[in-house]
Amino acid sequence: MDPFLTSRFVTDLLGGLTNGVEYGLVALSLVLIWRSTGILNFAQGAMPMFATYIGMGLLSYHVGYWPCVAISIAAGFAIGGVTERVLVRPLYGKPEINPIVVMVGYLIVLEGVAAAIWSTTPRSLPIPFSPIEWQLGGKPIALSPFDVYVIVTGVIVMTAITILFQFTKLGLQLRASALAPEVSRLLGVRVGRMLTLGWMISTAVGTVTAVLVASNFFTGLTPQVMDSIFAFGFIAAAIGGLDSPVGALVMGIVLGIVLQFVTDYLNSNSVIIVALVMLIASLMIRPSGIFTRNASRRV
Amino acid sequence: MISITGLNVNFGAVQALRDVSMRAETGKITAVLGANGAGKTTLLRTISGLKEPSSGSIDFEGTALVGQRPENIARRGIGHVPEGRGVIGEFTVEENLRLGAMTAKVNLHEGLDEQYARFPVLGERRRQHAAKLSGGERQMLAMARALIARPTVLLLDEPSLGLAPLVTAQLMHLIHDLCASSGLTVILVEQNASSALRIADNAVVLHLGNVVANDTATTVAADDKLRQYYLGMVE
Repeated sequence: MDPFLTSRFVTDLLGGLTNGVEYGLVALSLVLIWRSTGILNFAQGAMPMFATYIGMGLLSYHVGYWPCVAISIAAGFAIGGVTERVLVRPLYGKPEINPIVVMVGYLIVLEGVAAAIWSTTPRSLPIPFSPIEWQLGGKPIALSPFDVYVIVTGVIVMTAITILFQFTKLGLQLRASALAPEVSRLLGVRVGRMLTLGWMISTAVGTVTAVLVASNFFTGLTPQVMDSIFAFGFIAAAIGGLDSPVGALVMGIVLGIVLQFVTDYLNSNSVIIVALVMLIASLMIRPSGIFTRNASRRV
Repeated sequence: MISITGLNVNFGAVQALRDVSMRAETGKITAVLGANGAGKTTLLRTISGLKEPSSGSIDFEGTALVGQRPENIARRGIGHVPEGRGVIGEFTVEENLRLGAMTAKVNLHEGLDEQYARFPVLGERRRQHAAKLSGGERQMLAMARALIARPTVLLLDEPSLGLAPLVTAQLMHLIHDLCASSGLTVILVEQNASSALRIADNAVVLHLGNVVANDTATTVAADDKLRQYYLGMVE
């Protein structure tokens, strides 16, 4: 008998879900920055990678896994804030190509500096939860305690972000600063601080993702650890609509699941091709993104 | 009181305001009239800090405003309802109002109740997106959003723009009542000069960035020659 939970379909679904949560978180962090500052942050994977190295570097000094995670996230907040103030602020109002060039350059610099400091050898992190899949009637379900850790963390982050943006005074100011900076200033909102805060939050969300990715037994922490996740998160954000946090999350999860089926039924080399075909198709059919209400909001 | 002295504002080579001096007295309505391009909007944007003047000073109750950030000027109690109203369409009516009350030291619920009592239609539509409101309702929302912070000065940029005559009349009535009842100081920029002059105490007429008249509203209204300036009949 082949119980449903161990069927090929459910196995692919669950496997894809775990990856998809990671893509969704990266996509969410991209959307947060795009909405508030109109910048496509190509260093959105590299900044969290750097923060993770800073926090997880303390493992060598006998600091525990969880304190290191907290320090990584704190480092993410700090890197996001400093980046916005020093690197990004002079770019506001400049031609669109300027931030792209600067952020791609920043990505290369961060990965280079990380390699120089910490080397390119993968650093394996302690495994907080077992990556061994649960069994059902002697057959494995495609779900391990580690997968649950990833999914639950994703849900917590998404819930926290939703509450922050939809139900708090700070969230109202963050959204207003992104939608109507000038009007917000006339109402006394400190828009400059809100933009900095937006980058801090977004980089911290990215760092949570980087910690999850690097904690995976099969990946480890390298300067390039976020490159492929960033690419898929980027594709998810572009398909879902760069204006839509919900769209980014949903598309991240959908992309993760679709690509898992592709890996299983075709092969893993086809994954990037299928992802790009999905991106191109969505850009041709609905260039502003599936979940975006109006095509061009920022001027 | 807001006191402006020798204000010069440039956009590149174009000078939008030339040596403008005027006062807006406490608890009074000062109308600023002029044709398109006279510099009316620039004047308001310079007062609220959105535009930096090249020279001149703006004094508000003993504090120099020039060089301060717009958000700090707003926090000092100067409300600015911009041209085109600036309501945030993606926000609900209530979110717009909450944003307006954000930085003021007022009780949010009292503030909301007060504005809903003043503009009942906003109360009925509190959960709707502002983008769905009519032009008149948006103007009310923009006014309510500025008033909920209990400003001492209100800068109004073309509040009657695009409104039906009856709605304009109601709006002017409301502005007049606010000044009379709460001692609010208003600078009212209008193209609709006759409506503005009816409720204003004083009036300033701008022409190509110059002050061509600065007197009581009755005097300005009676001057036929000035009318040609604010109706845009003088080149």
